[in-house]
Amino acid sequence: MSALGALIRRDIRIALRVGGGALIGVLFFLTVTVLMPFAVGPDLALLSRLGPAILWLGALLASLLTLDRLFTADHDDGSLDLIVMSRTPLELACAAKALAHWIAAGLPLIIATPVLGLLLNLDGTATLAVAATLLAGTPALTFTGMIGAALAVTLHRGGLLLAVLVLPLSIPVLIFGVAASQAAISGPLPFGTPFSILCALSLASLVIGPFAAAASLRHGLD
Amino acid sequence: MTLTDLANPTKFLALTARILPGLAGVTVILLAIGLYQSAMAPDDYQQGATVKIMFIHVPNAWLSMFVWGVMSVAALGTLVWRHPLADVAAKAAAPIGAAFTFLALVTGSLWGRPMWGTYWEWDARLTSVLILFLMYLGLMALWRAVEDPSRAARAAAVLTLVGAINIPIIKFSVDWWNTLHQPASVFRAGGPTLDKAFLWPLLVMAIAFSLLFITLHLAAMRNEILRRRVRSLQMMQASRVSFTSETGGGSQATASNEIGAA
Repeated sequence: MSALGALIRRDIRIALRVGGGALIGVLFFLTVTVLMPFAVGPDLALLSRLGPAILWLGALLASLLTLDRLFTADHDDGSLDLIVMSRTPLELACAAKALAHWIAAGLPLIIATPVLGLLLNLDGTATLAVAATLLAGTPALTFTGMIGAALAVTLHRGGLLLAVLVLPLSIPVLIFGVAASQAAISGPLPFGTPFSILCALSLASLVIGPFAAAASLRHGLD
Repeated sequence: MTLTDLANPTKFLALTARILPGLAGVTVILLAIGLYQSAMAPDDYQQGATVKIMFIHVPNAWLSMFVWGVMSVAALGTLVWRHPLADVAAKAAAPIGAAFTFLALVTGSLWGRPMWGTYWEWDARLTSVLILFLMYLGLMALWRAVEDPSRAARAAAVLTLVGAINIPIIKFSVDWWNTLHQPASVFRAGGPTLDKAFLWPLLVMAIAFSLLFITLHLAAMRNEILRRRVRSLQMMQASRVSFTSETGGGSQATASNEIGAA
């Protein structure tokens, strides 16, 4: 347990320090959101209607952008090999790394959401709904994305391949995340139904992600 | 002849060389019968002659999912049993599955134009098949990204299994998202709702397309095995040339390893 705690603390510390790049995700999120009005026009009514979708897409892309860092740095300096060989089960170690990554790179996105909601003319309820769905949904993005990150690091190919592999898997999260936000804002569906499915997706990926990532690390590293 | 006997690529090649001509013949005959029956099938009272697109469209759509199932079994074979032919089977199936999925999309779109008045509609089934197509392409990109076939095989196996878990989830969520396509009318509780005049040609076509897949798959597996042999022979040749020029021998061990791996 202490080993996992140490791993989580170490990863968060590395991510937040100079060169860690966790906060780059927030900057990217901000930039994407600022770009949107240039594409669809400065119509505030339209922006508030598209707001939840824009925020969700931005958060999805931002979490994808930082995923590359989940394993590459550790692979480059050799600590990934130590983690694979250590007595801690690799599945748990992967889960710990993903959790640390979510705390360092996912939570800041959710904290930034209210500010970005202001830019998109979202009212209080809408911002709260988007933040709540992001809080429930981004763990699923991190934990399924981890599979792609593990595949990419074993193949020494990051970047585009990672995006191509991970994005189709994140479609259910996007659907239910946006559906739950829209349900909270305008109805007619109750907020609870899509929101609980979103939570279920996160919990399921919490189980599947570490096992698949550990399998690909174990089979792929040489 | 069990599955373990087939682990020897030479035996597999010999067996498929005997099976393939007959299999191809049966496929051609069944396809001919199916196409004839489809052409002779009556027009639909609503859809007219366009209903005949169904006889091509539906088998393709079935196979697009069936092929992912085949790849998942092969992926288990790669990861669990380390069956040497499993990764060959998985690799050979991916482009064929992508082709079936693409054909399902194209025929569906051609059918949708006269029936729904549009080539493309963001409807649940269409969208989930499109996502399936994207996943096939991603898998093929993964196969092509790595030079060493056995490493690529293990990575692709993990992705295939994750996809096998995810495809039903995607399908469910897209269904929830939007629905226009008609619900299943052949495999459903309470028997098919399709008229017999349409059902029979459809079943014949489905069997013919499945046989077509098996034929193409076996042929592609043969090609893949032969391609790997050529590759290892080339590498053996290259290492022999470089070693004899440098040290004068000593490359035999690595060369035989390469053959063994192939």
